[in-house]
Amino acid sequence: MAAGGGIDPIHQFEIKPIVGLKPLGLDLSFTNASLLMVIIVAVISIIMIYGSSQRATVPGRLQSLAEMIYEFVASTVTGVMGKDGMRFFPLVFSLFMFVLTGNMLGMVPGSFTVTSHIVVTAAFAFLVIGTVLIYGIVKHGSHFFGLFVPSGVPGWLMPFMVLIEAVSFVSRPISLSLRLFGNMLAGHIALKVFGGFVVALLAGTSVFGYVIAPLPLLLAVALTALEFLVAFLQAYVFAILTCVYLNDALHPGH
Amino acid sequence: MASASFATLLAGAAQAATEHGAKKASFPPFDSSTFAGQLFWLAITFGVLYWLMSKIALPRVGAILEERADTISRDLDKASQMQAKAEETAQAYEKALAEARKNAQGIAQASRDAGAKASDARRHAVEAELSAKLGQAETTIAGTKAKAMKNVRGLGSEVAVAIVTKLTGQAPSATEASDAVDQVLARG
Repeated sequence: MAAGGGIDPIHQFEIKPIVGLKPLGLDLSFTNASLLMVIIVAVISIIMIYGSSQRATVPGRLQSLAEMIYEFVASTVTGVMGKDGMRFFPLVFSLFMFVLTGNMLGMVPGSFTVTSHIVVTAAFAFLVIGTVLIYGIVKHGSHFFGLFVPSGVPGWLMPFMVLIEAVSFVSRPISLSLRLFGNMLAGHIALKVFGGFVVALLAGTSVFGYVIAPLPLLLAVALTALEFLVAFLQAYVFAILTCVYLNDALHPGH
Repeated sequence: MASASFATLLAGAAQAATEHGAKKASFPPFDSSTFAGQLFWLAITFGVLYWLMSKIALPRVGAILEERADTISRDLDKASQMQAKAEETAQAYEKALAEARKNAQGIAQASRDAGAKASDARRHAVEAELSAKLGQAETTIAGTKAKAMKNVRGLGSEVAVAIVTKLTGQAPSATEASDAVDQVLARG
């Protein structure tokens, strides 16, 4: 009775090719994930580019939304990095919007959650850490590595501190990617599992199943609301941490 | 019953998982055969998004916000300038009004003074004329009185002559009669 994709909570993460594309032995097919990525870019572009095309002094709805998002991200960036952090504004903005829109579109029933794949979140995390490293070293040279040498630490403790700082730096991309991936994956699995309980209980022949079926349904509804919160929160956390890490590249040294 | 249905559910899930495992060999997010394709399309889409945002959307929205802030501060400036001007105008108006009031008072005073002077002068003229006429009338009265008195004396002496003549039968001279009348008149 539990057979088929209806109840399998993992099924929703499967990647299915839409247009096959395999040059040089690499599988670069246009898949459902790729389709969602294209839709994400389209949705963001509609809000930000079409929304601002009127350039109205008194904004309409879509322009208000575009301005609101702009000011929200801009205030986050300047709040963490200060005024000169605005050079990273397009990067933080693109990351935040891509992750947020990906999370939100993943909440549409039957769609696909781009951010529930670790390779995507890891790519973003390494993009951030790569930017931090390259910008930090190009801008500050060896002074950038002062990041690993906290001030005011006694000499004998220094090797340990440097080691701890280095480990914490290296673990940043891992935690950054795993946090987003884990939240999205777990949330969607939980939703599917509770939804599956409802189906399984109703598919059963027992009357008892019909009686308690509403319970997992209620839980699934509550979880859906929670998932919307998590979808926004994780995008915001990703953006904030991106700002914090980029701040190290801008202003190294504690 | 509940435990039975739960058990079937778990069994079903386990069966689905094993079926799935047999078919796909791995959990989709960890299926490395899809990594290259995902990264490829992510790079393209994120690259396009970054380009669109950094070259078109963000400068445009930033310009809109800046322009609005400029417009608002400019309008506020203009409004405060206008207000200052309005206040200035109001003050000028107040001053003009006060001046006009003062002028009006002066003019009223002057015209009142002039009127008083003119009426004074006319009164003086009329009074002078009247007193002249009075003097003239008094003179005329005095002359008439003197003339009348003279006539009365002449008449008196004639009457006296006639009385004396009637009484004595002897006519007194005109001089005697007139002297006697004078004496009587002098006695009052």
